[in-house]
Amino acid sequence: MGVTTRPRRTSPIRVLIAKPGLDGHDRGAKVVARALRDAGMEVIYTGLRQSPEEIVRAALEEDVDLIGLSILSGAHMALFPRVLALLKRQRAASVPVFAGGIIPDEDAKRLKRAGIRAIFGPGTSLGEIVSTAEKLARSRA
Amino acid sequence: MTRPGPLPSAARAIVKGDRRALARAITAIENGDPAADPVLRALYPRTRGVPVVGIAGPLGVGKSSLINALVAKLRTEGRTVAVVAVDPSSPFSGGSVLGDRIRFERSADDTGVFFRSMASRGAAGGLAAATLEATRLLDAAGFDVVLVETVGSGQVDVAIREVATTRVVVVVPHLGDEVQTLKAGLFEIADVFCVNKVDLPGADLARRDLDDLVALGSWPGGWTPVVVGTSTAPPSGLDDLWAAVEAHERHLDASGGRAADERRRLSGEIVGLVRDRVGRDLIDRLERDPELRRLLDRVVARSLDPRAAADRLLASSRRSR
Ligand SMILES: Nc1nc2c(ncn2[C@@H]2O[C@H](COP(=O)(O)OP(=O)(O)OP(=O)(O)O)[C@@H](O)[C@H]2O)c(=O)[nH]1
Ligand SMILES: [Mg+2]
Repeated sequence: MGVTTRPRRTSPIRVLIAKPGLDGHDRGAKVVARALRDAGMEVIYTGLRQSPEEIVRAALEEDVDLIGLSILSGAHMALFPRVLALLKRQRAASVPVFAGGIIPDEDAKRLKRAGIRAIFGPGTSLGEIVSTAEKLARSRA
Repeated sequence: MTRPGPLPSAARAIVKGDRRALARAITAIENGDPAADPVLRALYPRTRGVPVVGIAGPLGVGKSSLINALVAKLRTEGRTVAVVAVDPSSPFSGGSVLGDRIRFERSADDTGVFFRSMASRGAAGGLAAATLEATRLLDAAGFDVVLVETVGSGQVDVAIREVATTRVVVVVPHLGDEVQTLKAGLFEIADVFCVNKVDLPGADLARRDLDDLVALGSWPGGWTPVVVGTSTAPPSGLDDLWAAVEAHERHLDASGGRAADERRRLSGEIVGLVRDRVGRDLIDRLERDPELRRLLDRVVARSLDPRAAADRLLASSRRSR
């Protein structure tokens, strides 16, 4: 079709970056999306105020290898486990979920026990987020 | 061979409405995964030739917003809709931020809609190499209408000609004038011109300019492009837009244009597939060829020029075939 010869086989990591909850800031999520793109990933960015149902649906339609959730509003203890439960219900619990935002240590521990694979606080370097994301995506294959 | 018979399990799942199987098959197409092959072959006879409506036009004119509005309209009418939205891949990292989904506002429990974002992965022409075959799966999966959003570079979104049955070119008032549109070649691909953001000043002028350009043109297929004005917020003109698309679809049936277009597209597709395979085989062979290294040494040393090196490599690869 196009002018280019279709490459034989390439499978870039596809990652959904979603922003559940009601807070209106997605600067952090956008910065992470950009860093993941610069690391060669295809980042599906869904925008603000996504419900857990919308997030899981998007993840399945987009067939992502990985989901990143970003939150500042403090509703993480309600929303993150809901995302995990919906994934499980869709038999997609193998899709790793990581999270970033302002999440107290105590909550972080509980969320990790619930199945969130990695949690990044405000000070985390982009390099660390990228390498963890790559590791998580690869762990799935 | 395209033969009837039991479907491979992934194909069967897709036909039965398994959206995850559909999503995975699209990924396989994108990745050049051989797993896509039996699925595509099995489902080709099941495609019905549903309307594939291309939404092309420069960056930020409102393509995704219009798609969102059209999906809402079609769903109210009870029709199912699939969307493929293409965004560019970075030529440097190969990565991509796919943001068209931001405008998509369907409730999560509406199973009559499917939305897939797709990175162009270096393909020219405003689509991805996988877009055509993805639309075919969506057809076989039973969707009544497929909407395809192009990259939006504006200059070169011409690949939509090879995928869509009806092409909508979206522009906005004061985009940098209509001459630009002509130059970009979008004029040659439009079945419908949509002046979006008519809530902004200058919309009437833009519509009149387009009307004039349409009146001046000659339209070999017997179809004269329709110019409509829309806005997505507040919504207006969306019924006109869809009516224009349907009028074009009816024209395709009445004029025999649908069959002719399909033949042209399929011929391009088949030739393209052959070219891909021949090209890949050749490149593989050449890269393994020890002669390449020897020639390269000479080109580096300026004792041979790159064109002469290519001639020799091609000649020797033809001999060794
Ligand atoms: N004033 C006005 N703004 C609109 C209208 N439709 C869309 N927009 C705005 O235009 C901007 C771009 O809209 P999109 O729908 O993302 O445009 P697009 O063509 O899909 O953009 P790309 O995919 O990036 O090329 C957004 O800020 C929209 O809110 C409209 O009818 N009127
Ligand atoms: Mg868009």
